[in-house]
Amino acid sequence: MIRIEGLRFRYGEGDFQLRIPELLVEPGTTTAFIGPSGSGKTTLLNLIAGIIRPETGRVETRNVEVSALSDPERRRFRVTTVGLVFQEFELLEYLSVLDNILLPYRIHAALQLDATVRDRARALAERVGISDKLDRPPRRLSQGERQRVAVCRAVLTDPPLLLTDEPTGNLDPVNRERVLDILFDYVRESGTTLVSVTHDHEILARFGRVVDFRDFHSVGEAGVS
Amino acid sequence: MRGTLYLAWRYLAFHRVKTAILVGAITLIVFLPVGLRVIVDQSSRQLTARAEATPLVIGAKGSPTELTLNTLYFSSDVPARTTYAAASEVADTDLAQAIPMYVRFRVRDQPIVGTTLEYFGFRALKLAEGRQMAVLGEAVLGSRAAEQLGVGPGDHVVSSPESVFDIAGVYPLRMPVVGVLEFTDSADDDAVFVDVKTAWVIEGLGHGHQDLSQPEAAAGVLRREGNVVVGNASVMQFNEITPDNIDSFHFHGDLSDFPLTAVVVVPPDQRSSALLQGRYQTAELSQVVSPSEVMDELLGTILTVEKFVIAGAVTVGLATLATAFLVFALSLRLRRRERETLFKIGGSRAAVATVMTSEIVAVLAVGVLLALLLTFLTQRYGDVIIRALIR
Repeated sequence: MIRIEGLRFRYGEGDFQLRIPELLVEPGTTTAFIGPSGSGKTTLLNLIAGIIRPETGRVETRNVEVSALSDPERRRFRVTTVGLVFQEFELLEYLSVLDNILLPYRIHAALQLDATVRDRARALAERVGISDKLDRPPRRLSQGERQRVAVCRAVLTDPPLLLTDEPTGNLDPVNRERVLDILFDYVRESGTTLVSVTHDHEILARFGRVVDFRDFHSVGEAGVS
Repeated sequence: MRGTLYLAWRYLAFHRVKTAILVGAITLIVFLPVGLRVIVDQSSRQLTARAEATPLVIGAKGSPTELTLNTLYFSSDVPARTTYAAASEVADTDLAQAIPMYVRFRVRDQPIVGTTLEYFGFRALKLAEGRQMAVLGEAVLGSRAAEQLGVGPGDHVVSSPESVFDIAGVYPLRMPVVGVLEFTDSADDDAVFVDVKTAWVIEGLGHGHQDLSQPEAAAGVLRREGNVVVGNASVMQFNEITPDNIDSFHFHGDLSDFPLTAVVVVPPDQRSSALLQGRYQTAELSQVVSPSEVMDELLGTILTVEKFVIAGAVTVGLATLATAFLVFALSLRLRRRERETLFKIGGSRAAVATVMTSEIVAVLAVGVLLALLLTFLTQRYGDVIIRALIR
């Protein structure tokens, strides 16, 4: 599903440098990236999603060399293939819950919004327990509800790859478990590949594989797989 | 595209107060100089056209502008009075036609224009309904005056007191409306035309009352001195001129001393015009003015003022525009995370740009459209505004 070879990335002239000789993530698996802040976990997520491009090396997802795609191609790739969930939810304040869920279908011509999509959005909302709040703006939702909306938005396109960046970082324990249940139930049922960045070691048991970026750095050029 | 436009619409609707303020600012920035230009152009055209159609005006010494505006537009600022003798003098020269004008009183907001039938011929005013005024006390109305007062032939209009405290002054006169003029899109449309003698009756210079020589009026006789009968305060004065009482109406004093606000002078040629103007150049109590010259002077002043006003409006506009763009810039900065989210999720470059710039484009577009609408309305109804301002 995800194959990284000889990847090297730097932000401008700073000291930060990410080097990944090799990394392989099998389809349908759940993987957690852990490690200290600044170790490059989120950067790797962005590289996998095609949000940024490596200086050298290959990033391949579902047999597509994302790092070789042009900007428009990578945008199309993301909106059709990748579901993204962020720690800060990143919902648009001026849209209702339903419109936030439907957002991917309104920002790229590759996705066509129709009645089936709307029905699917409502069904997802029903499933995560926010179907009675579809007309509300995000500011009138609890933190847990907002993240559930963000999860619905990420999975609406039925993406084969779900990338989550500390999805439970802003949630209390009850909401954390609920959001994780939703994510893992969805991944299990759909066969989606899940890659998640987290600092929360209590949730690592849920993942099939954990990649510790400290180990990764100690391994150095030998790579991680 | 529909999706991004929907997002843009939702953003504007969510921030409707901010959007409305920005739209209002842009509208004013565009409209103020343009609208002012339209108003000035229209007023120039109107003032010039009517002034050029009025060769000369004679009045008492005083403000030529006040004299011209009152004579041409029946403005409420009444100039110093001249006398009927001024009209007679002009007529006696055989150099021009002299049309007396007495524009002092009002029927509510409509000016009462005391003149003669010659005025209707001079202005080429035609009757839309009814007939011309024939006897003392009758009124012919301009089309807008008839509409404003809600009257037509067969109805009556009543002159308004000049002041509610003027108890001993002008009494209201009830006048039958005998005709309504065709619409001319000029100040004549707003006027209530009466014979100049009727205007003098309104002023109290002429009146009608019981015939004190009759036995039934004995109670009203204060004393008799030969053929002269002096009435007391109980003598009933008529406040309406009817066929039954019209014979009792009479004027006290010499008609040539009776007041006029102006005499419109219509010489047949340039020579007559020059001769007349020459005669009045040394007159102590009277002046002759050429309305087109007065209006040119007035327009010169207006154009100078307009330049300052437009310069001020443009300066304020630029400052407002700079503020508006500062708001846009701050707004774009505040929306940086939103922009990043749309980019990360996979929004196309065009979609992200559309959502982000929608505020600026919509505010500018709606602001300019509203300004154009206001400009159109100013063009359409500007003449009404100008006439209201002159009045």
